[in-house]
Amino acid sequence: MKEYITKIGSGDLAVDDTLLTKGVETTAGSKILSGFVPLFSAEAVERAVKAGYTVSGKTNVGEFGLDLVGEFSNYNDGDEVLRGAAAELIAKGEVKGALEVDLNGAPRRAATLSGTDFIKPTYGTVSRYGIIPCACSGEQVGAAAANAAETKKLLAAVAGHDGKDGTSLPAEAYDYSCGKEPAGMKAGIITQLFELASEETKAVIKGYAEKLKALGVSVEEVSVEEIAAAQSAWQILMAAETCNNVSRYDGVKFGYRTPNYKNIDELYIGSRTEGMNLLTKTTVLYGSDVLSKGRYFTCYDKALKVRRVVAERFGELFKTYDLLLAPACGKTEYKKYDITRAFETVYGESVFTAVPNLIGIPAMVTKGVQLMAGHFEEKTLFKIAESAEGTDK
Amino acid sequence: MKYEIVIGLETHVELNTRSKIFCACGGHSSHGEPNDCVCPACCGMPGMLPVTNKRVVELAVMAGLMLNCEINRYTTFDKKSYYYPDLPCAYQVTQWFHPICTNGLVEVQTKNGTAKIGIKQIHMEEDAGKLVHDDWSDTTLVDFNRTSVPLIEIVSRPDFRSAEEVLAYLEKLKAMFRFANISECEEGAMRCDVNISIRPEGSTELGVRTEIKNMSSLSSIERAIKYETARHMDAIERQTEVLVQETRRWDDIKGKTFSMRNKETAADYRYFPDPNIMPIVIDDEWLEKIKADMPASPEEKAAEYRALGVSDKEIELLISKRNLCDLFDELLMKGCNVQDIVSWILTECAGVLRKKGQVLDELSIPAEKLARIIAMTASNEVTRGAGRKILVAVLDDDVDPDKFCEENNLAAQGDESLINDVVKKVIEENPGAVNDYLGGKTKAFQALFGGCMKQLRGNGDPAIIRAQLENELAKLS
Repeated sequence: MKEYITKIGSGDLAVDDTLLTKGVETTAGSKILSGFVPLFSAEAVERAVKAGYTVSGKTNVGEFGLDLVGEFSNYNDGDEVLRGAAAELIAKGEVKGALEVDLNGAPRRAATLSGTDFIKPTYGTVSRYGIIPCACSGEQVGAAAANAAETKKLLAAVAGHDGKDGTSLPAEAYDYSCGKEPAGMKAGIITQLFELASEETKAVIKGYAEKLKALGVSVEEVSVEEIAAAQSAWQILMAAETCNNVSRYDGVKFGYRTPNYKNIDELYIGSRTEGMNLLTKTTVLYGSDVLSKGRYFTCYDKALKVRRVVAERFGELFKTYDLLLAPACGKTEYKKYDITRAFETVYGESVFTAVPNLIGIPAMVTKGVQLMAGHFEEKTLFKIAESAEGTDK
Repeated sequence: MKYEIVIGLETHVELNTRSKIFCACGGHSSHGEPNDCVCPACCGMPGMLPVTNKRVVELAVMAGLMLNCEINRYTTFDKKSYYYPDLPCAYQVTQWFHPICTNGLVEVQTKNGTAKIGIKQIHMEEDAGKLVHDDWSDTTLVDFNRTSVPLIEIVSRPDFRSAEEVLAYLEKLKAMFRFANISECEEGAMRCDVNISIRPEGSTELGVRTEIKNMSSLSSIERAIKYETARHMDAIERQTEVLVQETRRWDDIKGKTFSMRNKETAADYRYFPDPNIMPIVIDDEWLEKIKADMPASPEEKAAEYRALGVSDKEIELLISKRNLCDLFDELLMKGCNVQDIVSWILTECAGVLRKKGQVLDELSIPAEKLARIIAMTASNEVTRGAGRKILVAVLDDDVDPDKFCEENNLAAQGDESLINDVVKKVIEENPGAVNDYLGGKTKAFQALFGGCMKQLRGNGDPAIIRAQLENELAKLS
């Protein structure tokens, strides 16, 4: 596995390749963007640097962040066991933290596999300025680190209003340290997701539930029938938005251009054919289909309605539960597989991660478990994660 | 059989804003060098996000109010996807699902009477770039200066029945939008797609419709409509061809329309709400603010000025631009005389601007300063000539009129005994002119008057000079 695409220096922060870094080639793991050197850095990167972090290098991602953990990147070198690049650097202690874009759960799966922490914050709390865009309505820059305290510190450094992002929320900063003590809290394990997981994964969830109980949190299973609909809805929105966003890569102004063309159509088609992988192309076709005249109202528009229904359902759930538990992926290990199976494989796994992207709630992976909470409840997630870590000592 | 023409228009109007619709680049398409008004956002670089220009929303609401539309308080932007080299993101941000204004009505006058034209909707959108073909190197170049320049598209109902109505409508929009500073409506800043069909008079069904795309000159629009009407009639009456619903291009040199090989109508634009732009909610407070900021219509202004005794020709000049009306109104409020206002704006100011190579539209002068100049000349504190000098200084350097007058010794000389001395001296020194005058050549009076004024360095009170000169000359006859 290629961890760094570009090693910049002996810094403490890894930045994934979907985040623009001024003067450093940024490709979102895609050949179509090879040679693209941004004129400015992503706002999240700027803020981390301002807060004292030093960028160590750019880490690999799957093309446009669409795969499981980075296996289908332009830089892929065919490892048998799949791991996320940034999460592995953290696990090895090479960097203190990483900024990663979560658009379809890849960094959450990577954290699960490497045993590190990652949080995808509430939508609108971290600027999306400088993300190579795919699924604009649900993607967020998240923070990864070896433990909850470091993750919290990095997220606090990058979150806050940014006038350059029209969907950025107004709060200038967020206090993530004021979470309530866990004792007396109520947690729910989402039955539908728990049941889908492998036995090893189930054991991890059960183990974590025991830790929570030891902290005085009551834990029970809760059935959320909307999970399957949420998975489909996010798939539709994500693919449609991705299709639209990657349509700008045409080989004309920047990035890869096919050497074989005789006219503008051949230039477009050749560059895109050679510059993007099968998973991206499948996503583009799927996205184009759900937006087409005949399908818009039965697919895309319906997905928007499902988004509202799911948001309402989770709003209700968070009146009862302080947090929800679920696996972030179905297995504890992924093996290399063929790209022709990528679209359905990623879709299958996205059932575990879709809800936070779809409705913008925060989701944190810690100790192999995914915790979800209501909007702006990152503080609760951090408090729980830190307290549970404490029980290990 | 008698036929009637049915026409609907889609009119794109470039809005007069300081910056583009979603980024901070300058807002006009007519910038000098290609690509000197672009940034990573309007060039479609990944990572940039749109931030909506509030002024665009306000101008669109104003246009909607002027065309008697309903203003939708909840309005959204949508993405329209298609590939074209002048569209850097391969999508255009426009309004498809929730346009800002709907259901308007505008009345237009032609020699055949008044026509009521329904407005289906007005929506906001960004313009695309421009392709420039370079014949020398046989390449096509892209200029992104116009990319993301804000537009409104006004979609009419198919309510036009003649080319004359179309022209009257476009002229009316132009006058309204120029007047309200919504758009300069210069060449190219107002472009039309003309949808046209014909049907037997009295029929309620629509005939086969063709769309003529992207027309910007009124004379071409008129010719294209006439050509297209004749083509449709021939097809129906004499079966010269079978009409199909299609998009056509007007060739101004050949004077014909040509079918565009149609990727356009076949395209599926895959509209969807732009997730990067939050829905815009126009609350009462904002709407009231926009209304307060709106001028009366040019017609209302014209009627008002006509009642004050301003001539039609002068009115036409004044209402061509809202800033002139604002200036007129302020001067009137400051107590200036109507005829003085008209002559100072339309003669003196226009004259100064003309010398500077500018047009009256560009006039920018603080009303209180012009009011002071008018007052000074009206009360003979300074002569008209001195007033003109002060005006030049105000327009050039924004000086204080009173201070400038004092520093340059421009105050009118009203000292009667001094003027009397000068008058006597001039009569003495110009016996020829005096004799001419006494001999009946009244023109000689002007020469003597000018001589006096020259002695007084142009600052003599003209009324006193005139009276004294007449008086002294009368003594000699």
